[in-house]
Amino acid sequence: MPGFDFSNHTRNAALHARGVPLPKATSTGTTIVGCIYNNGVVIAADTRATSGPIVADKNCEKLHYISPNIWCAGAGTAADTEFTTALISSNLELHSLSTNRQPRVVTVMTMLKQHLFRYQGHIGAYLVVAGVDPTGVGLFTVHAHGSTDKLPYVTMGSGSLAAMAVFESTWKKDCTRDEAVKFCSEAILAGIFNDLGSGSNVDVCVIDKDKPTQLMRNYIKPNERSKKERNYKFQKGTTAVLDQKIITREEIGRYVTVHEIAGSDSDSGSLVVVEKMDVDDQP
Amino acid sequence: MASLMHYASLHSENPAYSFSEASTIPHSEASAGPRQHAFYPYTDNGGSTLGITGETFAILAGDTRSTSGYNINTRYEPKVFRIGDDDSSPIVLSVVGFAADGKALKERLDTIVKMYKYQHGKPMSVKACAQRLSTILYQKRFFPYYVHAILGGLDEEGKGALYSYDPVGSYEREQCRAAGAAASLIMPFLDNQVNFKNQYVPGSGEGLSLKEKPREPLPLDAVVGIVKDAFTSATERHIEVGDGLQMILITKDGIKEMFTPLKRD
Repeated sequence: MPGFDFSNHTRNAALHARGVPLPKATSTGTTIVGCIYNNGVVIAADTRATSGPIVADKNCEKLHYISPNIWCAGAGTAADTEFTTALISSNLELHSLSTNRQPRVVTVMTMLKQHLFRYQGHIGAYLVVAGVDPTGVGLFTVHAHGSTDKLPYVTMGSGSLAAMAVFESTWKKDCTRDEAVKFCSEAILAGIFNDLGSGSNVDVCVIDKDKPTQLMRNYIKPNERSKKERNYKFQKGTTAVLDQKIITREEIGRYVTVHEIAGSDSDSGSLVVVEKMDVDDQP
Repeated sequence: MASLMHYASLHSENPAYSFSEASTIPHSEASAGPRQHAFYPYTDNGGSTLGITGETFAILAGDTRSTSGYNINTRYEPKVFRIGDDDSSPIVLSVVGFAADGKALKERLDTIVKMYKYQHGKPMSVKACAQRLSTILYQKRFFPYYVHAILGGLDEEGKGALYSYDPVGSYEREQCRAAGAAASLIMPFLDNQVNFKNQYVPGSGEGLSLKEKPREPLPLDAVVGIVKDAFTSATERHIEVGDGLQMILITKDGIKEMFTPLKRD
């Protein structure tokens, strides 16, 4: 069955009426911006994800792929921006296959607004859509309720006012690629430092009419963590072991198939790394 | 510490849910009668404070960011104050929560401690000041100072003294305490690193018969390291903590103030 599953709705409504709060979704507090230039368009985003006042992810990606020449910056509920852009990306690929044409930015914008309007704002995706297509350069904002804007420079998210202040004071018409990157990254920095919902690094994506799209992940890193004052390595045996159970390979082999991985601890390069994690290193 | 701030969650009180009951309870505000508006006199200005005592010193620290919602009011608004201006009996107060109440409370306590000295010809002891602060807070039991206060100084024996308060005056002398927005992030770290909670002596037994790592007073440089690490870590994970770290150290030689920058994002 395609679409959303509402089978828990009645139960959840009853729980809500009894005062049980809704689960808190991870929101990408966020500053996202976009700016067109003489031969393309630039979008940028910060990398902080929050859950209430707590930073959920210090280096998340808010720039989403739609097609090679169309990208989306997302603010609002993290899951909604992620799934909505993935869905539209998928449908757009099928559409361009069946029509034998390059996908257009207006098509993406229209698909997004129709999808979001149908859900009356319950899908909390606030997006900046940008790209180039055979008709030229496109830059739009799409709100969760389905309204859209077409502008030469745009900002969205909780840091939108800080970012727009930068655009309104420094933006120039017919700027170059480098100027557009500068405007966008400065606008994101304003959000990072002046809006508590935004923080960490600047991600930039440049979509040019004549060049392949450039995703510049962590283009600026102005918030590197300083070295800790003390060492927090515990001596072996510090933690009390209350119980232990040793499962041998023979035992577990009865339930699952056990494979030997050659030099799994010394040579992890042969393994497929699904996603690299950032962790603070111990001094 | 018995506190007003403790309340049982609805979840644990009412584990059973019924669909038939749900329909009798109004869903929206509209059906609950006219919407009422009222003046709400409190705001939360975020930030965090923390205090640790050693054998011969006490240290109080707080970040200097003041927030409202997603905005930064200022990057430098100290939360740790000197009380009484008397070098022979130094007292320091930190307040976090509603900044205006914090300031009012600090001004009142400061005046009282000064008046005490003028009237009695001797400085107020930290113990007496701690009791007085409790009284001040409880006097406003039904319109509280919306703050979590920590009072620090040296006791009659010259040992580090630290008292922590809830908004209505319940207080307790402690070795260390974190308060404010990131208290829930910092306090477990302090339990582990200052009071060595959940740490055992390796090889001293099996399971829970292991000997707990004995508490020993930490030297000053270790405590300063813990305070800085607590705040840099809280800054990483709490959006309302950052900008600057103000530390006030109290020893028999008097008061020393230190300032370290924190991340500003």
